[in-house]
Amino acid sequence: MKKSKLSLFLVLTLVFSLVLSACGGGKKESGSGSEGEGESSAKQEIKILDSSEIPTMDTSLAEGSTSFTYIANVGEGLYRLNKDHKPVPAMAEGKPKISEDKKVYTFKLRDAKWSNGDPVTADDFVYAWQRAIDPKTASPYGPYMMDGKIKGAKEITEAGAASKEYDLNTLGIKAIDDKTLEVTLEQPFVFWEDLFAFPTFYPINKKFVEEKGEKYASNAENLLYNGPFKLTKWEGTDATDWVLEKNENYWDAKNVKLEKISVNVVKDSNSAVNAFEAGETDMTGLLSSDIVPQYEGDDRMVSWLEPTVFWLKMNQQNEALKNVNIRKAIAQGFNKEDLAKSILNNGSIAANFMVPKDFVEFEGKDFREKHGDLIKYDPKAAKEAWEKGLKELGVDKLEIRYLGGDTEAAKKTDSYMKNQLEKNLPGLTVKLESVPFAVRLERDNSQNYDLQFAGWGPDYGNAISFTDLWLTGGGSNRMDYSNPKYDELIKKAQTDYATKPKENWEAQQEAERIMIQEDAGIAPVYQRGANILLNPNVKGLAIYNYGPDYAFQWVEVKGE
Amino acid sequence: MGKYLAKRVLYMFITLFLIASLTFFLMKIIPGTPFASANKLSPQQVEIMKAKYGLDKPVPVQYVTYLGKLAKGDLGISFQFNNTPVTDLMIKRLGPSAQLGFQAVFFGTIVGLLLGVFAALRQNTWVDYGATFLAVLGKSIPNFVFAGLMQYYIGVKLGLLPVLFWKGFEYTIMPTIALSMFPIAIAARFMRTEMIEVLGTDYITLAKAKGASFFEIAFKHALRNALIPLITVLGPLTISLMTGSLVIEQIFAIPGLGEQFVKAVNVNDYPVIMGTTLLFAFLFVVVILIVDILYGIIDPRIRLSGGSK
Repeated sequence: MKKSKLSLFLVLTLVFSLVLSACGGGKKESGSGSEGEGESSAKQEIKILDSSEIPTMDTSLAEGSTSFTYIANVGEGLYRLNKDHKPVPAMAEGKPKISEDKKVYTFKLRDAKWSNGDPVTADDFVYAWQRAIDPKTASPYGPYMMDGKIKGAKEITEAGAASKEYDLNTLGIKAIDDKTLEVTLEQPFVFWEDLFAFPTFYPINKKFVEEKGEKYASNAENLLYNGPFKLTKWEGTDATDWVLEKNENYWDAKNVKLEKISVNVVKDSNSAVNAFEAGETDMTGLLSSDIVPQYEGDDRMVSWLEPTVFWLKMNQQNEALKNVNIRKAIAQGFNKEDLAKSILNNGSIAANFMVPKDFVEFEGKDFREKHGDLIKYDPKAAKEAWEKGLKELGVDKLEIRYLGGDTEAAKKTDSYMKNQLEKNLPGLTVKLESVPFAVRLERDNSQNYDLQFAGWGPDYGNAISFTDLWLTGGGSNRMDYSNPKYDELIKKAQTDYATKPKENWEAQQEAERIMIQEDAGIAPVYQRGANILLNPNVKGLAIYNYGPDYAFQWVEVKGE
Repeated sequence: MGKYLAKRVLYMFITLFLIASLTFFLMKIIPGTPFASANKLSPQQVEIMKAKYGLDKPVPVQYVTYLGKLAKGDLGISFQFNNTPVTDLMIKRLGPSAQLGFQAVFFGTIVGLLLGVFAALRQNTWVDYGATFLAVLGKSIPNFVFAGLMQYYIGVKLGLLPVLFWKGFEYTIMPTIALSMFPIAIAARFMRTEMIEVLGTDYITLAKAKGASFFEIAFKHALRNALIPLITVLGPLTISLMTGSLVIEQIFAIPGLGEQFVKAVNVNDYPVIMGTTLLFAFLFVVVILIVDILYGIIDPRIRLSGGSK
């Protein structure tokens, strides 16, 4: 009896292992898990985690920070953000020659090579920019970054949308010769260096793209690199692991110490922390806020304030929200300090402003220094404004819809906001509507909301990235905010003061004050804090506020 | 048998066609934009991007185009993983999910089966109570709790197994165990009930009278009959596990289908949603067919004939 029982188990085990080995047959690198242990700490290699796959490596089509991050680490534009987050000449050899009207920029290109040995030429830039604006490409960021800034861009987009003829050569970019590039702007603006450092404006090798056709940018082999690193393993947009290695052809390769970066995708924040604790990785993605308190004071946690601000958009198509007193009541009617400290608890701070802290500075002063707090939590003032507003509207109670996200974190924040507003503004009923992000964007587009919890992060280092949102009829306004004084100041900042940093700066500060303090056009809530775990031996990681998230080219692994 | 099969395959295709059509029209009414940067796009750009994905055409035209491509096996290109054909995405992701699901069902069924059989044979003893307790535990505690606990204690604290990733057999052990808790519980419960019933029938008494050994009775005579109801639930369970478990895949960073599907739903990646739904449906109808055929093999009393009742 015993024998037969044993043999049954044997058979089962055998079958089990057979099936498993058959399933695992396709995997080549099952041994790679063990190599980590023998590593000396000064080896110039790091392992990092990312929370998302790379949706695309095609510079013309990229639209998210993960794409921008890897594109910026393997590629390079005329300019590049340096260690201190300042744009500096990169593919451009020194600063450009600027015409008197500050509209025409002539760049000399440095001698640089693609990873296949081809030289990087002015034509590569022309091709890339034309490709990004071409309606056939249907790039999200091409027109977003170029329309109204690069000459001719807007006209091409409009013609494309109307299915009319267009000529890509009307775009303000021209190759004078192999190494000279002439860029014409629609109108001058102060943050041109940031723009030319942005991944959408990186060069692309035309011959290579045409040779690869549909396959271009589909995996590591179908890409060319002119940046500090190159992708040596990346199986495509759904790959969950990839490898960057130093690009010996990079013009500044001698200043790149890091030899290899191995990236793995881990979406669950707790799992990322477990991997970090087990020594499987040197760096995690952003930590979810339930984890942050555990690492308070731990030197392995790196924290910073992102220039991303969250606010309530107040749709003035709603009669009640058209009333400035009602808006002021709402903007002052919730305790944001408590929200930031107790509910978010991840280094986020209460926002009493629209343009974030630690984002832009001029002559050594932060944008926030002049008007620090423009609208604060003040239950008494809120109640007074509320009663006044109700009287003006001739009602004694209001029901307002509140459009928010459907994630756990969003729901927590939104129910707190509802609670606060209903408590501080008697007679108010807030109706929460929790919807997925894709739905919220659509309802923002069609202005189908009363209050909307929304956020904004900049794409370039100028306050205009925030302030131009609320121009009358502006593309991202979508709440019917309109104030001629505001429009005038921002228009001035974009034109007359476009090349006068001081006036530009002051006009925007004043505009922000009007928008927040006088009009309560939006109700600012908080500025987001970010936290990652990073091996303390990894030095020199550059963390960016816009465009790419990180740069690895100055990273060095120090020994114990 | 041949006639029966032909008929079933025909029904399969009709089912798939209906599902394909239904998902297509559902996609047309789910709210939300498929464009990730929608808050940065000008109306002109939205027009251009809609044209690229064919979303500017009237719905009937889109429907015909979709069916035409589908007939050729083309499921379109993903919006979020830009320009990548949906079939490529699914094929790559199906492997890990299927392997994990299969291992979990296999391991879970064997363990559950043994638990159930021994519980039945030792009815109302500590073996029985212990097995029942385990089954209740496996069914009532969500698998991500097991996953999290194992990852922390076995992976991080003891360092016995890799904490996460999908790079070889040892990486599959913890996710397999976590995912097998449910099949264990199901199999154990079913087996216990069925075995008790079967053990009480006349032919078992006869086998005992003939002097068959305890082991022979349990595994040769009783088990086969007790298996039938289990197979009914195992079929669909296998599919649901093989097509990916969102939570387990996220916790162990496994590049599987479940996680990809949920993300597609969240961002309105229509082609991926439709493709994955069709794949699930396809696997489902195939497995149901296999289960029906298996009935006949295990229990000759169930006959497969051309649909006559």
